[in-house]
Formats: sequence, C-alpha cells, structure tokens
Amino acid sequence: MEPQQLIMPGRRSPRADAPNRPRIGIVKFASCDGCQLTLLDLEDELLAVAERVDLVEFAEATSRRSMGPFDVLFVEGSISTAEQVEEIVRLRAVSHRLITIGACATAGGIQAIRNWFELDEVRDTVYPGPTYVESLAQARPVSDFVAVDGELRGCPISPAQLREFLVSMVTGRRAQLPDEAVCLECKRRGVVCVAVADGIPCLGPVTRTGCGAICPAYGRGCYGCFGPRESANTASLAKWFSDSRSAVEVGRLFSGFTAWSEPFRATIDAHGGPPGQRADGSEPRDA
Amino acid sequence: MPTVGPRASAPTDRSPEMHDTDTTVTSNGDLAVDIAGLTRVEGEGSLRLKVKDGVVEQARLEIFEAPRYFERLVVGRTPDEVIDIVARICGICPVAYQMTAVHAFEHGLGIEIDPAVRALRRLLYCGEWIESHALHVYLLHLPDFLGYASALELARDERVTVEAGLSLKKAGNRIVELIGGRAIHPVSVQVGGFSRSFRRSEIAVLREPLTAALEVALQTVELVAGLDTPRFERAGRLVALRHPSEYPMNEGRIVSSDGLDLASTDWRHEFSEQQVGWSNALQSRDHAGRPYLLGPMARITLSGEHLHPTAASALARTGLAGEIAVNPYRSIVARAVELVDATAEALDLIEAYEPPADPGRPWTPGPASAAWATEAPRGLIFHAYELDDRGLVAHAQIVPPTSQNQAAIEADLAAFAPSVLHLPREAATLRIEQLIRSYDPCISCATHFLDLSVEAVR
Repeated sequence: MEPQQLIMPGRRSPRADAPNRPRIGIVKFASCDGCQLTLLDLEDELLAVAERVDLVEFAEATSRRSMGPFDVLFVEGSISTAEQVEEIVRLRAVSHRLITIGACATAGGIQAIRNWFELDEVRDTVYPGPTYVESLAQARPVSDFVAVDGELRGCPISPAQLREFLVSMVTGRRAQLPDEAVCLECKRRGVVCVAVADGIPCLGPVTRTGCGAICPAYGRGCYGCFGPRESANTASLAKWFSDSRSAVEVGRLFSGFTAWSEPFRATIDAHGGPPGQRADGSEPRDA
Repeated sequence: MPTVGPRASAPTDRSPEMHDTDTTVTSNGDLAVDIAGLTRVEGEGSLRLKVKDGVVEQARLEIFEAPRYFERLVVGRTPDEVIDIVARICGICPVAYQMTAVHAFEHGLGIEIDPAVRALRRLLYCGEWIESHALHVYLLHLPDFLGYASALELARDERVTVEAGLSLKKAGNRIVELIGGRAIHPVSVQVGGFSRSFRRSEIAVLREPLTAALEVALQTVELVAGLDTPRFERAGRLVALRHPSEYPMNEGRIVSSDGLDLASTDWRHEFSEQQVGWSNALQSRDHAGRPYLLGPMARITLSGEHLHPTAASALARTGLAGEIAVNPYRSIVARAVELVDATAEALDLIEAYEPPADPGRPWTPGPASAAWATEAPRGLIFHAYELDDRGLVAHAQIVPPTSQNQAAIEADLAAFAPSVLHLPREAATLRIEQLIRSYDPCISCATHFLDLSVEAVR
C-alpha cells in the first residue's frame, strides 16, 4: 500500500466561505476543557462541521476571537468568580441561543463540593497566601445567573449527544436528548445489573442517560456524572443504600460531579453533607 | 433543539490577528506591547513583559484561570474516589492524573499489581500521549508554523494534512475509549488494577488503526522536522523521569541534565511550590530557587536511548536531537518523535498482550503516606497524599507539569523577547506566542490562560 501523503497541494473546500453560516462561539469558565475538547474529538465530523458553521470564538482551537454576537454560544464551566459573573451576563446579551455543556456549566461540577465548605478554609488549604486568589463563596451553574436555552449533560459531555445536537442545529430540527434513567441504557446494552448481581452501589436509577451506561459496562456503579433525571427518586435509592451503610457513606455516593444539582444536593444534606467537611479529613459526624 | 435565528446586531469581531493588542513607543524609545488573550492553549492566562532600554526586566506568566481547589476537594475521599476526581483537573490529560494517583496509592499501601495490569496501564497512557501530542502538534502548534489562525483554517488549504492529524488523534482516543470506557475521564482505573478485564480479541482490534497511525506518525516527524523554525538556544535545567530500560511513562527516577537522581516519591527533596502574586497557579522551583523545564525536550534529551527503535531511527533521520535539547521551537519535533514512540510501543503491547490473571487485586484501606511521579504528555507530574486511619485522604499535594514549567517559560521568554522586539508588532507577538505554545502549557492543569502584554518601564 502506498503511504498516505500528509502534505498535498492546496485545494479550497467549496463551503468554506459560504454566506449565512451560523456564528458559533465556545467559551469556558471554571472547568477542565474536556467538554470543548469533545468537539475536537469528533475527528470524523470536525472539518465538515467547521465548513457549515462560522466558528468565530473558540480560544482553545483558533486565534481568531470575537466578542459576539453569536447565533449559538456553547458555555463550559461553572461560574466561580465575580469577573465570571460579569462575563456571562455580557455573553448572554450577545447570544441568540446559549447552550451549557457539561456538568460544571449545568450543575456546578466537582468544584461545587466546596459550596458546603467555608471559602477561607478551602483557600488556606491550597494556597499559602490566599489573599491574591479571588473566588466567589460558591461555584455555581450558569443557569443561576442567566437564562439558558439548552444543555448537554455529562462529565464530560457525550460525543454522540454533541453530534446529535450539532446536526439538529444545522438542519433546524429538535435534538433528541432523552431523559431516561441509565438503567434503561444498561438493559438495551445487555449489561448485567451491577447493583443486583454484585451489590455494587449504583446511581443508574436516578441518573439521566446519555453516556452509554459506561460504568456498569465496565464493572462499576454509575457515579451520576450526567446528573439527575426528571423526578428522580433519590430518597428511595438512598434508603436502599442505607440498609448496609452509614449516613456518611450514603452521602458520599451522591457527592460526585453533579452533587450541587437537585435532588442530589438535598439527599447529601439529608445525610449530613459531603465527605471532607473538615480540612484535616475528620468527619464532624464521627464525633 | 436550537434553530438558528437572526442576529441581534452586526458582528464585532476583534482583528483577525486575535488579542487585544496595544503597542506604545514611549518617549525614551522603549517598546510597550499589550496583548490580551493567548489562544490555542488549554485554559486562561496572560504574559506580561516589562522592557527597559531593549532589555526585558521582567517576564510574568499571569494565570487567571479560576481556581478549583482540587487539593481540598479530595480531602475525606477514598483512593478510588480520588482517581475519579483528579481526572477532572484536565480534560486533555486525565489519564496522567489517574495514573499518578493510582501508582501513589498502590506504592503507599504496598499493593503489588499483576504484570499484565502494568502493561495495560502503559497501553492506556500511550493512548493519552498519542491523543494529546496529535492535538498539540496538528491543532494547536502547526498553524503557527504555516501562518494560519487555526487548524480549521489550515484545513481549507491542506485538508489531507489536518485529516491525517485527526486520524492520529483518533487512534490514541481509540485506546483510551477501549480500556477506559471513554476518551475523556475514563472510568476503569482502580487501586489494585482495573474495574474489568479485557480479552485478547478486544485489545487486538486496536492493531489495525494503530498500524495506520504509526505510518502517519512517521510522516509527521518528516513534516515537522522540515518546518521553518526560529532560532533560540535556552539555558537551564531539564528534568524528567528515567527508567532503567523503558522510555519513561508510568515510573522511573527523577533525573536532570545536571546530575540529579532521586526516587520519584522524593520530589519534595529537591523541589517546592511557591505562590506568586500574579498567578493563580503555584510555581515550582528547586530549593535553590532555580527554574527547570519538563516535557518532551527533557525526556528525549535524558532518555533518548530508551526510545522505541522505530522512534529512535526517526529522530536520527531528522538530525535534530542536539537542537531539541536547547530550542523549544523544536519541541514540535520532539512531540512527533514521541508520537512514533507511543504508537510503536502500543503496537508491541497489543502484540504481547495476555489478559491479567488478577485484573483487580483486593486490598485493605488503611493509613499511608503515598507519593509518586509519572510522565504526563507535558512533563513530570507529582502527587502526594496522606491517608488517615480509615484510609481517607487527610492531605494532598498535586503538582502538574505546567506549574513546574512556569518559571522556566518566564526565564526563556525574558531571554528570547529582546531578539524580536524590533519586529513589527504582529510578527513579534506571533513569535512570542509560538514560543509559549512550544511548552504546550496546560493552564487548566496549572489551575489555571494566557494573554500577552509588554510594558515599557522608565
């Protein structure tokens, strides 16, 4: 087989300069970059998508910048500083549709665990001179500050759901993002229930589908990274967990990447809060 | 869900040359450039240069990515929870965080893992190196050398090139998806091994995409070795892990270009983190206050003889091994050579794979001092944890590569900037940004983005 040639004489794509492509922006606040990376991970579709939209703001991938306006703005990350509050309000005003992507933007993310702690104590633990470091008292989801037109869940978002969303966006139809429990996806995938068969605690019954039931398929319990599904009965699941565990351990199971979203948050509170409330690791409830 | 509606008002894009840039020539002839918003890096920050009489008095990498306080978030958590949580420090290199944490815990708790688990973890790490390096070489760095604002724009003229890079990235992601369940924040790594086992036939499906990827990786080395590259010779210490027989990844001793040789658990014997007023990331230096540089340049320079033979001959064909040791602009060649190394090693691991007898060894939680270092795609990463009597984290220290590289990047910028300050603003900015991107800074990791400003002082 002839080796593939990496460099070929240039040939411009026909759609590259087409008029009236939607202006898309991708921005981030407090987050790991993983959700915007998911777009770059659509290796087979990325260049086709880039031809059909005008990607005017995506600092991780391009040096062209834009302050807006945007037809669709994708927002990654939680809002956790005063500057970020100002910026999300500005961005909302210049965006026709604002879509939050990922657990940080939709639910606060893992950093929202600190919402249960005192900020000064948290800062002292990480930084020797905390006075330089600015933070709000809580890391919160984007919807706490501005109206949100749609969301993609997950930590990180699912490539399949992002693909579905982008296709629906350019074709002008509604995206199919079902609100079912992970359990249904497990059944369809033919995965043996880890809770029933192995007694492994699993948040599948209360967690929204979309990931592909990865964790049960890999022999472990769902840790809720897509957040609660509609009318999730977390109290009932927590009671079931309580048969064989202490309150701290039940709270721990809900204290993951979407802990700050209701009703996970209420369930954690009902069990005395998340683990790690004291900086030295001791639990007030143990005393 | 969304249908695209009419625009509220006319577009107000900034200049295509990015950034809020401001250049002033002061009355005494000193140059001041202010650039806000360095792009094609992961996270948010800025560079501030103070120039007097053509001399850079100060170079500061200002990192204002909002802090997320991970070292506090892991307190009270179990080792397996920590493995899931620390992945979220970085969407580009979650495996590096998971590997460093899992090895630290296993070492601290005295858990021996199945040799086949070790091989699977190395394969997983190879996947992340391929994904991360292909992303950086093709999507973040190559556009600088070819004069494009992004790989997406480059693709309009050189589609086959960008597609090749994406295929390479996809091959790396295939490995992580298979072993970890998904490409970003994989789920299978646990203390004692993995949450499941893998049949030989499952792993064997990786052979075909990786065989194709190896050919692309070899051509990538040729492509990037032929790029027009600015001249720059940096001075200073290189630090990396070194293993007696392997190219360093999951384990090794901490060594340097000037003779340091330290167990990977003992990072703190030589280095420490300091807070600086202009950054939300802690900076690391050695105890004498000297900066040091990690990453592909350091690894190839300190462990070049352990490269896979296919990668070693690809490097030899470039004739650039000597320049890689001193010119950060050549780090794109170092990354391409490591792409060959990781792809070739992954193929060897797939060929030799036998399922572990013990995919997940049972272990008992308990107190421990746990520390370890591995090689993330961007360089050495160190974690240390204290586990209390219940086996929960009481204290954590997480030292990512970019926070260690910050001081070296600042020193290099101060040394390099005078050579470009006479250039037109745009050209100078591009050269400086290209240099910053040469270190593949992951600001999300270091806490934390880059915008560039040069300020004249009187």
